[in-house]
Amino acid sequence: MIVFYGFVILVAVLILWAIGKYNSLVTLRNQVANGWKQIDVQLKRRHDLIPNLVNTVKGYMQFEQETLEKVIKARNAAVSATGVGNIAAKEGELSGALSRLFALAENYPTLKANENVKQLQEELSSTENKISFARQFYNDIATKFNISQQVFPGNLIAGMFGFQAAELFEVKEAAEREVPTVDLSLKK
Amino acid sequence: MSQLPPNIYEQQAANKRNTIIVMAIFTAFVGFLGFGVDAFILGSEFPIATFIALCIGAGTAYWGLANGATAILTSASAAPIPPDDPRYQQLRNVVDEMTIASGLPSPRLFVIPDPDPNAFATGKDPGHASIAVTNGLLEKLNREELQAVVAHEMSHVRNYDTRMMTVVAALAGAVMLLSEFGLRATWLGGGKKRDRGGLGPILLVLWIVAMILAPLITQLLSMAVSRQREYLADASGAELTRNPLALAAALQKIDAANEPTRSIKKGTGHLCIADPLGRSVNSKEGALADLFATHPPIDKRIMLLKAMAFQHT
Repeated sequence: MIVFYGFVILVAVLILWAIGKYNSLVTLRNQVANGWKQIDVQLKRRHDLIPNLVNTVKGYMQFEQETLEKVIKARNAAVSATGVGNIAAKEGELSGALSRLFALAENYPTLKANENVKQLQEELSSTENKISFARQFYNDIATKFNISQQVFPGNLIAGMFGFQAAELFEVKEAAEREVPTVDLSLKK
Repeated sequence: MSQLPPNIYEQQAANKRNTIIVMAIFTAFVGFLGFGVDAFILGSEFPIATFIALCIGAGTAYWGLANGATAILTSASAAPIPPDDPRYQQLRNVVDEMTIASGLPSPRLFVIPDPDPNAFATGKDPGHASIAVTNGLLEKLNREELQAVVAHEMSHVRNYDTRMMTVVAALAGAVMLLSEFGLRATWLGGGKKRDRGGLGPILLVLWIVAMILAPLITQLLSMAVSRQREYLADASGAELTRNPLALAAALQKIDAANEPTRSIKKGTGHLCIADPLGRSVNSKEGALADLFATHPPIDKRIMLLKAMAFQHT
């Protein structure tokens, strides 16, 4: 009789543990999805800010029309991009174009002193930060999700219900690194 | 063969472990005091006094938790930040960035009219959190440093430190009740159940000593918890920004502006980024100074942050 009750209690504890584990995995999966959406939200915010910025600085930076056009072009390309890889590449190019614009703006003291421009620049650098923090949060939460799927005994539950490891966000786009790769190997 | 300094994750794990150890000692201390009152004065087999003292301690501490945030903000004359004042745009942005990095809900923001740089976080849980900064902080720090300080405060919120310090207050309250009652009863010649023999007399002496030292021990244990939570908030804050050096730079500036933050009253000190009283005890390194401070020595915090930066670059 004691053995029987012991067995029943053991099974009950195991089932409760499995339910808890399953629920925590589902929670994490949703947080991962939400983390991914956060990145999109911040990218959209950046797209909305750029036309404002370009209009404000236009008057001060007549000699940099080309740079301004490049920013607008990169922005429009990023807005219309589809597919994860393509979006990442276009957003990377936009980041590059923006940082060149900010570097050039250093040469225009009147521009830098303008309150509107200062505010816009604060907004944009904050958005840049938010994009990278959103990516960082996504990677943190995705890593947590992956670890809890892979460690024993959680991996049993994850395997049983077919949980998939989340992909981490990597900087793949060339524009974001901007360092030319020199291949000196004699392969091929 | 020099050992590598602990990295961000090792430091966090060590701080959490230390908190558990101190809290276990604290609980054991309450248990011992309560056991003495029950055994020597009430002569009870059951821990009645311990239970009542813990209930009263928890009750007052819970009341403090529920109403504490408003009281603290009011006493520091903190004013809510208007939502579209351009002067606070950078602060609002930095806080938004940290809510994104931590995945926490947005805290309410307050500014304290005080020229000394300081900041604190309060609120019973992340959903009801408030962060207050002084004008001096906004003036003296650059964007990165402000971000680091906000990250430190958000980490207090994320680590439920207000709640942790409430539990500490509950235990401290229980200790005060038990030791007051115990000492009075002993002096008044209570304790008829002394003739137990064996371990009884030794325990009785230990218990009386414990009661006499209770205020001191409580203070030491509370401060130990507070310091561990500061180290932990430094490490988790650096994890949010991935920029420990910015917090080190901010701490240096806050330390350099070495005047007391007059708006922040005593008793709120443990919630601030640096001791608002500017007491020398926090800056002196040394075993004795360490024991009585709410905050670890700033030099030591800076050193640990630099160690994290070393590990990450």
